[in-house]
Amino acid sequence: MLDPTLVANVLSAGLRTGAEFAEIFVEDRRATAARLDDGKVEDLTSSRERGAGVRVAAGETVGYAHTADLTETGLLAAAEAAAAVARAGGVGTRIVALANTPPLGHHAEVLPETVAKATKVALLTRADHGARAEGAAIRQVMAVYGDSRRRILVANSDGLLASDDQVRTRFMVQAVAAGDTGMQTGYESTGFTMGFELFDGTDVEELARTAARRALTKLAARPAPSGTLPVVIKQGGGGVLFHEACGHGLEADLVGKGASVFAGRKGEQVASPLVTLVDDGTMGSEWGRIGIDDEGHASARNVLIEDGILTDYMFDFLRARKEGRPTSTNGRRESYRHLPMVRMTNTFLVNGADDPDEIVRQTPHGVFVAHLGGGQVNTATGDFVFGMTEAYLIEDGQITEPLRDANLIGNGPEVLRNIDVVGNDFAMGSPGTCGKDGQGVPVGDGQPTLRVTALTIGGTAA
Amino acid sequence: MTELLDLARTVAGWAGAGEEVEVFASRERTTEVRAYHGDVESISSAEPAGVGIRVVVAGRQGFASAGTLDETVLKETLEDARDNAAFAAPDDWVGVALPDDVQAPDIELWRESLASMATAAKVEMAIDLERRVLGADPRITGVRSAMYGDAMAESAVVTTSGIASAWRLSLCYVVVDALAEAGGDTQTSHGLSVARVPGDLDLEAAASDAIIRTTRLLGATKPDSRRVTVVLDPEVTSSFLSVLGSTLSGEAVLKGRSLFANRIGEEVAASGVTLIDDPSDPSAFGAEPYDGEGLARRRTVLVEQGLLRRFLYNTYAARRAGATSTASASRDYRSAPAVAPGALALDGGAGTQAELIAGIDEGVYVQSVSGLHSGVNPVSGDFSVGATGLRIRNGSLAEPFREATIASTLQRMLKDVAAIGADRRWMPGNAAGATLVVNDVSLGGT
Repeated sequence: MLDPTLVANVLSAGLRTGAEFAEIFVEDRRATAARLDDGKVEDLTSSRERGAGVRVAAGETVGYAHTADLTETGLLAAAEAAAAVARAGGVGTRIVALANTPPLGHHAEVLPETVAKATKVALLTRADHGARAEGAAIRQVMAVYGDSRRRILVANSDGLLASDDQVRTRFMVQAVAAGDTGMQTGYESTGFTMGFELFDGTDVEELARTAARRALTKLAARPAPSGTLPVVIKQGGGGVLFHEACGHGLEADLVGKGASVFAGRKGEQVASPLVTLVDDGTMGSEWGRIGIDDEGHASARNVLIEDGILTDYMFDFLRARKEGRPTSTNGRRESYRHLPMVRMTNTFLVNGADDPDEIVRQTPHGVFVAHLGGGQVNTATGDFVFGMTEAYLIEDGQITEPLRDANLIGNGPEVLRNIDVVGNDFAMGSPGTCGKDGQGVPVGDGQPTLRVTALTIGGTAA
Repeated sequence: MTELLDLARTVAGWAGAGEEVEVFASRERTTEVRAYHGDVESISSAEPAGVGIRVVVAGRQGFASAGTLDETVLKETLEDARDNAAFAAPDDWVGVALPDDVQAPDIELWRESLASMATAAKVEMAIDLERRVLGADPRITGVRSAMYGDAMAESAVVTTSGIASAWRLSLCYVVVDALAEAGGDTQTSHGLSVARVPGDLDLEAAASDAIIRTTRLLGATKPDSRRVTVVLDPEVTSSFLSVLGSTLSGEAVLKGRSLFANRIGEEVAASGVTLIDDPSDPSAFGAEPYDGEGLARRRTVLVEQGLLRRFLYNTYAARRAGATSTASASRDYRSAPAVAPGALALDGGAGTQAELIAGIDEGVYVQSVSGLHSGVNPVSGDFSVGATGLRIRNGSLAEPFREATIASTLQRMLKDVAAIGADRRWMPGNAAGATLVVNDVSLGGT
């Protein structure tokens, strides 16, 4: 993406004020999206973003400057701006010698850019038909196709030079159903770190039918309960629980500032012994898969909690470097316009031993959550919420009435202790976008069916 | 600004025969400083720029964007948009805005003094902010982040239909997240201040807000589930209005996605509720002289004394509904214009927060909510969010609560509004805050 000599010169410029570390991150991102709404393909959009960010660290201070100008002049100006901030007092010339790491290629079998736009658009119409075929009560359908190709190059003054080519493809459908009780929505999506071959294994009509059925089911839904109940979460439907309950709290930047309930608890029992939680950036073609993180290090599988014991936090490179330990390769950023932070990749609970149907049968009264939406956590207190978008009552060990949408609230450490059964039916969930300090990055999550003995349900029914 | 307008004019001039073209170009200068432990943690500076081009040919719309103003790329971007248009379904109402006779408000949102402010002074503000929080109360154990940020933004829209609008604005803010601890309990909250120039930022208010809002939550417990009167903090009200605003989009109405469809003229809220969107008001931080399609921003009364009066429209939604645009096209260069409010506010509040609380025997004061994006469904109206705050007993604030939910529906909440405070305050984003009292909300706890 850039001439190695130029890269080395930019890094040297970054070190000119005596800083101990300089890094350049170059990104070229192209994306296409097509949207159908109200029975019509509304528009097809393309976008391109190309630029570089230079980060310079001296002591506790980091300077960052980014530019869309990838000429030598533009890059050197960014390096000087970043260096001016992270001024260590010294002046020096350091020549950076870059290691020659072979660039990582993409994993797409069919690059979306080679697929005709008409073929992409045709998927939308099929999804529209699929959803509407579920019945006249389906009044509105929105379908979105999206693909992106993100090529990155990272080099730093330690001599690292690495690059990656990340191709992602996704598809989502939202259906609106209307009846006597008003309107309801149903949503379903799929997305992988792969190319257009996604649609060899994904039937967009089936995806649309699932979204439509969710909306239709909720037309007959009753208000969710208000108060604390046992909650069974279906396989693949609620990995976001762990993302919020402890994932963010295990990010070393928050831990380091005392803003996490999990600070200082490494080696301790923080969860039920049934809980083994992993964050894995190498995982198949999952949505949160990366070849290298956005600080240039090869992605890894990290066990965060093993049999309920907190084994380690997640780190970015600069923080790990300061602490004299290896990075866990969780340094990610939304784009070249952003500083990297500690972020999750694919976060999941590993399989347990129980029969998922038996878990429901053994729950006399509670809520069965088939599909969760997003969530949010206050890592300092551990309190977190997540929304249920498909849920049912459990009465006498049977799944019965559908429930209207509501948020659930719990406290991370308490919920982790209150997981009393874990099923043997592990599945990954839908693609997600995790937001932190205003930056969004693609993440995956997953879990087998499980039960939490007590969660507070934010409904309106007594 | 002239430069950006010229550039947009040049690109629009490349339109082919029979093509409508809209060029939206923007350029910013931003700085963000974070302080930690009395020192600079990071400084980011940048001058991002980009262009979004919309092409309409025979009723088909295509869009393309690029994060640069480089002329070669602009040509390619126009080509992309043109090519994309061929794949959209024809739609009679699609098109760029037409000039109308509404004069742009004469508002000056740009402050040259921000441009000349030294980075060192910005750093000093962030460090000062952290210091004010750390030293003030023995229960404050740390500051998660103390930040100063600013942006000076210029935008221009040019269309082949004769629109050529350009404007610029500056904004700056400070925000601090405090951590407090007592008896093994940790709490966190923030304080912030927003202004057009750093001299108008109130560091002391931001710091004391962070301290009060954090320390008063110490020892919070989970409340009992019941129906209560809730008093929403101005920040919470601002978020609530912002969600409500999305249901008043004329586009959502046309597409059968709004719970307010076919209800113009009906009573949708308590009689004390008047909701106005007025991005031409320079005191709002969402103020702009023009919308994302280049039309002059204007005042729109959405709800008047409880009666639904109007929806918000961009050019497309207005044409399709047989209405006129309310100049509510919202966008950045990466997106085609969508419908959104610019500066929503409840009109005519009365009484201070303390006066409103004094009238409540039993209830809760909601200081902050979480999960707005996951728990509020703007189509069905279901409303359910995580809540933290203080109990209200005999007209006064009492013990703190946490790990609770408040739930109702948007429809019911509007009807259940019992009082609006006179403490209107513009927030970052597109809605103003004010203390809001809502009856009969489900509080979920133990």
